[in-house]
Amino acid sequence: MIGGSLALPYSEVWVHLRNTVLGDYVLNSLLLMIGVGVGTFLLGVSTAWITVMCDFPGRRFFSWALLLPMAMPAYIIAYTYTGMLDFTGPVQTSLRESFGWGYGDYWFPEIRSLGGAVCMLSLVLYPYVYLLARVAFAEQSTALLEASRNLGRGPWQTLFFVALPMARPAIAAGVSLALMETLADFGTVDYFGVSTFTTGIFRTWYGLGELKTAAQLASFLLLFVFVLFALERRSRGRMRFHPAAPTQQAQPIRLTGWRGSCCFLLAGGILLAGFVIPAARLSLWAASDWSQFSSGAFLELAGNSFMLAAIASLCCLLVALFLGYGRRLHPGRVETVSVRTAAMGYAVPGTVIAVGVLIPFAWLDNQLDSFLRQYFGVSSGLLLSGTLVALVFAYVVRFLSVSLQSVESGLARIRPSLDESARGLGLTPAGVLRRVHMPMLRGSLLTALLLVFVDVLKELPATLILRPFNFNTLAVRTYELASDERLADAAAPALAVVIIGLLPVMLLSRGLSAKRESYVRPT
Amino acid sequence: MRKPLNSFQGRLTLCATLLSSILVAPLLSAAEVNVYSARKEALIKPLLDKFTKETGVDVNLVTAKGDALLTRLKSEGANSPADVLITTDAGRLYRAQEADVLQPVESEVLQAAIPAHLRSPENYWYGLSVRARAIVFASDRVEPEALSTYEALAGPEWKGRVCIRSSGNIYNQSLVAGMLATEGADKTAQWLSSFVPNFARPPQGGDRDQIAAVAAGQCDVAVVNSYYLGAMVKSDDPAQQQAASKVGIFWPNQAGRGTHINVSGAGVVAASKNTDQAIALIEFLARQESQRWYAETNNEYPAREGVEVSDLLKSWGGFKQDQVDASELGRLNAQAVMAMDRAGWK
Repeated sequence: MIGGSLALPYSEVWVHLRNTVLGDYVLNSLLLMIGVGVGTFLLGVSTAWITVMCDFPGRRFFSWALLLPMAMPAYIIAYTYTGMLDFTGPVQTSLRESFGWGYGDYWFPEIRSLGGAVCMLSLVLYPYVYLLARVAFAEQSTALLEASRNLGRGPWQTLFFVALPMARPAIAAGVSLALMETLADFGTVDYFGVSTFTTGIFRTWYGLGELKTAAQLASFLLLFVFVLFALERRSRGRMRFHPAAPTQQAQPIRLTGWRGSCCFLLAGGILLAGFVIPAARLSLWAASDWSQFSSGAFLELAGNSFMLAAIASLCCLLVALFLGYGRRLHPGRVETVSVRTAAMGYAVPGTVIAVGVLIPFAWLDNQLDSFLRQYFGVSSGLLLSGTLVALVFAYVVRFLSVSLQSVESGLARIRPSLDESARGLGLTPAGVLRRVHMPMLRGSLLTALLLVFVDVLKELPATLILRPFNFNTLAVRTYELASDERLADAAAPALAVVIIGLLPVMLLSRGLSAKRESYVRPT
Repeated sequence: MRKPLNSFQGRLTLCATLLSSILVAPLLSAAEVNVYSARKEALIKPLLDKFTKETGVDVNLVTAKGDALLTRLKSEGANSPADVLITTDAGRLYRAQEADVLQPVESEVLQAAIPAHLRSPENYWYGLSVRARAIVFASDRVEPEALSTYEALAGPEWKGRVCIRSSGNIYNQSLVAGMLATEGADKTAQWLSSFVPNFARPPQGGDRDQIAAVAAGQCDVAVVNSYYLGAMVKSDDPAQQQAASKVGIFWPNQAGRGTHINVSGAGVVAASKNTDQAIALIEFLARQESQRWYAETNNEYPAREGVEVSDLLKSWGGFKQDQVDASELGRLNAQAVMAMDRAGWK
């Protein structure tokens, strides 16, 4: 539906946009992507590396705690930091009071800016990179790394010349997820007053009443993303990494003294900025009224959020497995392109997806209804629109990419020769899947489930548009209060989103560590 | 360790339950009325509950952004389950009327209760509350005598002293549309080209943020919707109260067309299957005591005349409202956005 819009003639609105604001949209979106790309790469890879390869004080705790910022919706972290750091916030106010400064007497970084948006988004999106890089590092053959060390390369050289290139597909997948999320983000950039492509799409659609031009903007955004990822894949070229199955656990390098402290400070600082500080701020706000957490209405919201997230993440995983295997068994051009296209949904703002789902569903319902009326004299009304089916469908469209990246980078690490030898030993394809792939993919599948689960918990625009009557979620409640500029009241549901998001994070981190030990056991 | 089979069965059961609940849902219909509301749950649900108590008619509610609800109504078409659309901003009400998702309602009760300039001339929608776009000023740095009109804020004496949120915001779009309706395109463009350079900082944040910035000394005046100031005065947060105590409120254009106002309002959906209940619900919302609650919860002004306003609003004094037809604001919205783009209003 969006793709077709590119062929439409360009209206005067398009010309107007080109002459006025389009340049801004493109430039800001580009800068934002570069900033978030670099930010998530640095934060994610460094933390993944030290928690897998080094043994420093607090390592076990940080391995799972570093995932926590993922449960923070970007717009929530933006609200909390703005409240603290902007001109009227406590930090600058106390500075002014202690030094007797007034407005314009001193320089302080402006939180509500492009740079601020880059910081906020990097802080909550780096776990994508961390998670996928961690799985990749953990599954890397220690033999290779040791060989590199034995050949006289230092730990840094080993990281840059061996470990990083081998983990590249996973890291690229993580960064591209973060970038797609960045492009689709509306809440943060809107609040900071940064005009990006996404805010432009909404202005054009609602403010100018031009759905066509808005769809054209959305298509350009998609085209851009598509080209970007194609370039990344091309530059990876014909490199294939199928590490030998790890035979033993890597012995993490013991770090004590200043090196250990550095690792501790790095991980601790990131955790503090990305989770502890905003969560503390939310708790302070919510503390005025703890009783609301146990009210029936609140529990119902939590239940709704949980149920939706669980159903959608399972659906996503099944579809991703299906597509991933489809490409593995028949790696043709058509399959590749269709899988890539299916995965683009993540970069599309939720509202655009919601409308893309709404229109065909409603059309289908209306067609069915008129058919039944005509031939049977009964009316089916709207069967699917305005039901959870439409909503879950939208989630799958939007988040498929997340589970797909995870499943694919997992599959890429399984050498095709394994399949062949398993088939040679008389296993059916299903048997290969069950007895060879599943144990090897466990980490990737868990990751896929968790990422989508947490994403659905936080998802807002599509939920708002597509949800049935009398049905609310925690994210919807948070938005209602926050958009009314009642941040303190929004704290309780926001905190609940974070807390429910913690459950799968715990599960996942346990699953990951269990998996590493399972390599050691002879199977 | 559970067997995978069990979890699969569980999933199946879950799906089956979900499906059956979805399929059975449309078949259960007692007396009910379905509401799409862009007004937030907390600001509407207590009234809907009261309506249910009084009439025995169940009210089902979906809240979302106004634009999203309109999109949903359009695509659901003749089969839409909705009976009533409640939304904010005349621009959106006008768009709903243009999109043929509302039907005209001939109700003497409503026509008597709601003044003519606050409802659609063809009776497609009725305003239920009024919000004004006022000027808020720093009490210690600005004399109210220095203020007069929106237009005057484009003068050189206000260079670097004005705070206002972005042009993506519908309140600003309606403000400029109102100016287009009364002053014409050339004058409005001229005004914009001198007004935008007077901004103290690039537009950012919401209306409360503009008020806080005035209080903190980042700018001297801000253009905001009056109910945000009311919300800050009544806030539990001492910082918000303190900020609100440092500013005054000024009603612009009193000697001319009046202060720019906008409405929240409701209409009956064209596809409604419970039209009588839908009309009854809107009439209920237009009653004296409903109007009072509806306006007061959000620090707005009631649409109905002769309804008492809260003490806080009384302390701000009465003001002359701009009588421009609310549907004009909707018609001119796109032009307003383009004019703001051309002036470089971010």
